[in-house]
Amino acid sequence: MRVLQDAFDYLTTAANWTGDGGMLELLVQQLLLTLAALLLAMAVGLPVALWLGHLGRGGFLAINVSNIGRAVPTFALLALLVTADPWGWTGGVFPGTADLGPFGRGGAATLVALMLFALPPLITNGYTAVREVPAEVRQAADGMGMSGWQRFVRAELPLALPLIASGVRLALVQVWATATIAALVAGPGLGRVITDGFFRTDYGKGIAGAIVVAAVALVLELLAAGLQRAVDPLRGADRSAEGPDAGADHSAASSRESRARDS
Amino acid sequence: MTLLASAADGPSCYSRSVNEWLCWDYVVDRQEQVVDATVEHLLITVASVAFGLLLALPLALLARRVPRLESTVLGVSTGLYTVPSIALFPLLVPFTGLEPTTVVLGLGLYALTILVRAILEGLRAVPEEARESAVGLGYGAGRLLLRVELPLAVPVVMAGLRVATVSTVALTTVGSLVSYGGLGNLIRDGVQNNFRAELATAALLCVVLAVLLDVVLVLAQRVLTPWTRGVSA
Repeated sequence: MRVLQDAFDYLTTAANWTGDGGMLELLVQQLLLTLAALLLAMAVGLPVALWLGHLGRGGFLAINVSNIGRAVPTFALLALLVTADPWGWTGGVFPGTADLGPFGRGGAATLVALMLFALPPLITNGYTAVREVPAEVRQAADGMGMSGWQRFVRAELPLALPLIASGVRLALVQVWATATIAALVAGPGLGRVITDGFFRTDYGKGIAGAIVVAAVALVLELLAAGLQRAVDPLRGADRSAEGPDAGADHSAASSRESRARDS
Repeated sequence: MTLLASAADGPSCYSRSVNEWLCWDYVVDRQEQVVDATVEHLLITVASVAFGLLLALPLALLARRVPRLESTVLGVSTGLYTVPSIALFPLLVPFTGLEPTTVVLGLGLYALTILVRAILEGLRAVPEEARESAVGLGYGAGRLLLRVELPLAVPVVMAGLRVATVSTVALTTVGSLVSYGGLGNLIRDGVQNNFRAELATAALLCVVLAVLLDVVLVLAQRVLTPWTRGVSA
């Protein structure tokens, strides 16, 4: 178990955290990447998914997008994007190994891959969330004379929020985990500590990196769980079996099961 | 003569100067390598899912029998699931070494999370009447489980098994970190050497493998649950 001692030593040496290419810099880089990719995916995926849910159409697309997403290894996608060099017009952003501001080497390729990866859970949960608002609520809103838009904003969206939030939470943790894989193609982020350690047979370092990544993943999961609870409009309310959440809770459970791994 | 012929045809589509993404010559010329990687990929995937299933079944049964354990079992396995695969493999290496075991153990643990949930939900979906009828017919606990509950749980469990299998196929590529990643090894090599044909072929094969295994599971489910045929898809 000498490697564990090495890992501990690596973690407790201040020089490994600070400075150029230190773990702190990589940690911030990966957090930036994760948040940027998540926000991009939310901006692209959520409006479409929520509106499809409101219309009650496109369910086939919304469900299958996650099934297809699961089958495509993110590692392969990243590898393709990093190697790709088809567009002269991207202004030096591609080839995929090019630097992109604070995102580091291969930043653009990583960002695109992560964004694509975040879309399935967002779309599937967003669609299901609006879709599963009880019919009575819809009818009541219509009966009160709400327009389609009003019904969407005032009735469906608030009730759908917990499940949408659980999709975002899923996506957040998955994207963080997947961002680590960028290192396999010499990309940005903390994964580099792991791959460096491995390829130079400095296993202590690799394990130290793994510990940091895993710890941050758990922290993010807990933070996101807290946030999710905070946005629940029915927080503290009586959750009877008739409540609109009865259905939502169930699908939240099944959607967790359908989460894709950080492949 | 082959030399002459190839010289006359110009450089092969996977030579460094051409470097095409899709190149059949590559598949033909490196057949052995490609087949080996695919077989390794398949073996690792199947072993991982089997390992996960083997652990998930007793865990799910235990969680069902002792309800207080259920939240613990689900909590721990969900926590495990949060750990990125690229971090989990290194954490296992001190115990298992740079062996395929590391990959199989890691991926098996991920599959376990999905499968425990699926088995629990599947058993919960067994109609109470079916259970009562079996007990009324004099079935003991063991026979009830094997003859009534597990068969009726198959559709839900299979759904989980499909999710677990397809994600495991994709995840196996990350095993290239410890040099046992099946097609992932080819992908890594393809990136490092800017070898596009190798990269694209391996990536495509991954997706094909996932789809094939999914089809196999769907067929297996049809065979295992003959009573659902014609009733629902």
